[in-house]
Amino acid sequence: MKKYDVVTTISYPRKGAMGKTGSWRVFKPILNKERCVKCLRCWIFCPEGTITIKPDGSIDIDYEYCKGCGVCANVCAVKAITMEREEKK
Amino acid sequence: MRTIIDTGNKIAALAAKMAKPDVVAAYPITPQTTVVEGIAEYVERGEFDGDYICVESEHSAMSACIGAAAAGARTFTATSAHGLLLMHEMLHWAALARLPIVMVNVNRAIGPGWNIWSDQNDSIAQRDTGWIQFYCSSNQEIFDTIIQSYKLAEHRDIQLPVMVCYDGFILSHTSLPVKVPEQKEIDDFLPKREPRWILDVDNPITHGNIIMPKDYPPVRKAMQDAQERAKKLIPEISKEWRDRFGTYHGDLIERYRCEDADYILLSMAALGAESKVAIDDMRKNGLKIGLARIRVFRPFPREDILSLAKEAELIVLDRCISIGMEGVLFSEVKASLYGNVDTKVYGFIAGLGGKDVTYRDIREMCEKVMSGKYEGYGWYDIEG
Repeated sequence: MKKYDVVTTISYPRKGAMGKTGSWRVFKPILNKERCVKCLRCWIFCPEGTITIKPDGSIDIDYEYCKGCGVCANVCAVKAITMEREEKK
Repeated sequence: MRTIIDTGNKIAALAAKMAKPDVVAAYPITPQTTVVEGIAEYVERGEFDGDYICVESEHSAMSACIGAAAAGARTFTATSAHGLLLMHEMLHWAALARLPIVMVNVNRAIGPGWNIWSDQNDSIAQRDTGWIQFYCSSNQEIFDTIIQSYKLAEHRDIQLPVMVCYDGFILSHTSLPVKVPEQKEIDDFLPKREPRWILDVDNPITHGNIIMPKDYPPVRKAMQDAQERAKKLIPEISKEWRDRFGTYHGDLIERYRCEDADYILLSMAALGAESKVAIDDMRKNGLKIGLARIRVFRPFPREDILSLAKEAELIVLDRCISIGMEGVLFSEVKASLYGNVDTKVYGFIAGLGGKDVTYRDIREMCEKVMSGKYEGYGWYDIEG
């Protein structure tokens, strides 16, 4: 990737360019894998790309970067994702 | 090289065309309108190769220039008074993004009361945005400064936008002779822009993203450092222009009959040209007075002013005021001297809203100071 040397605000695309944004979370999405039908609506709608698809087609949530916005829970057709208040560590 | 006679605005349009911008985005406003019309005419005649974007406001004009400049384009726009004020947010953005946009601002008073005549409060109010500011005193200087501004703005050590200001009507609508070099000569003086960073789909970046407090001060300081470097580069560019084309209007300031002067008058833009007539008149009567015309207001020529103040007392003429304080040039001139010399500085506010200031008026102000009957600053020739 080409890097620029001018002093201004440039952000280069990479995972976690803005730091560990998972620390912003208040509510945490919890996936019920038995209910999940792998339709991938959550994967389509997640604004941060934190829904990952495993080789077997099942999904996972990357809590390092999930900000807890709740969009996935909202769009889930079978209500397999619930938002739970997270205790501060 | 040919000599033509035309108005300041038409000369600005010609200079803009000859600088070969890739994108022009502008919105018409009196007294800038004929700059935009002039460029539209070049587009219509097929003499301008760039994209000409008609926008719905000045905020959009500056935004379009920012977007285009971020993609690597050379850009031009022009505005005046309320249009400039509407751009204010994006002026900061252009400078912080380090985009070398060149813009003409035709100085005009701010309403209400609605007033379309010359006054510098519009552009002086933008002094803290990070833009470099030139103030021109003739149509030749308008032409030369616009072309020079691209070279300055795009220089790898500068990377800041430049505002070229001149008086509404006094220059914008007045025809004066101007020497115009051949296109080939301009191309040799001003090569294609080489951007330091660009928005490029094949090499994606985000620009203008959030940065943490510890990262913010260096961004501001880099702009300040670039302005300081511009103080050295502006004289170099002015001299290169003089060597190539023969016209010269001073560096950061233009000195006129300053040798052996006991008093030096400081003024800007067209008032600077009028001041020369007043200086000639007073010199004829044996008064030892010279003129320092402030050609560049940002970066502020504090070192030049300090060197003048070591030799003479200073008389400052402001066509603007920071309400609640005093004339802006008056303040900044005094700030330039602080801790170095205790030279007396006298200030006048004159010519707001296009009120005519003739060489006789300027002579009267100077004579008031030189007679020893004037202190501090005040308003010249005002009723009520």
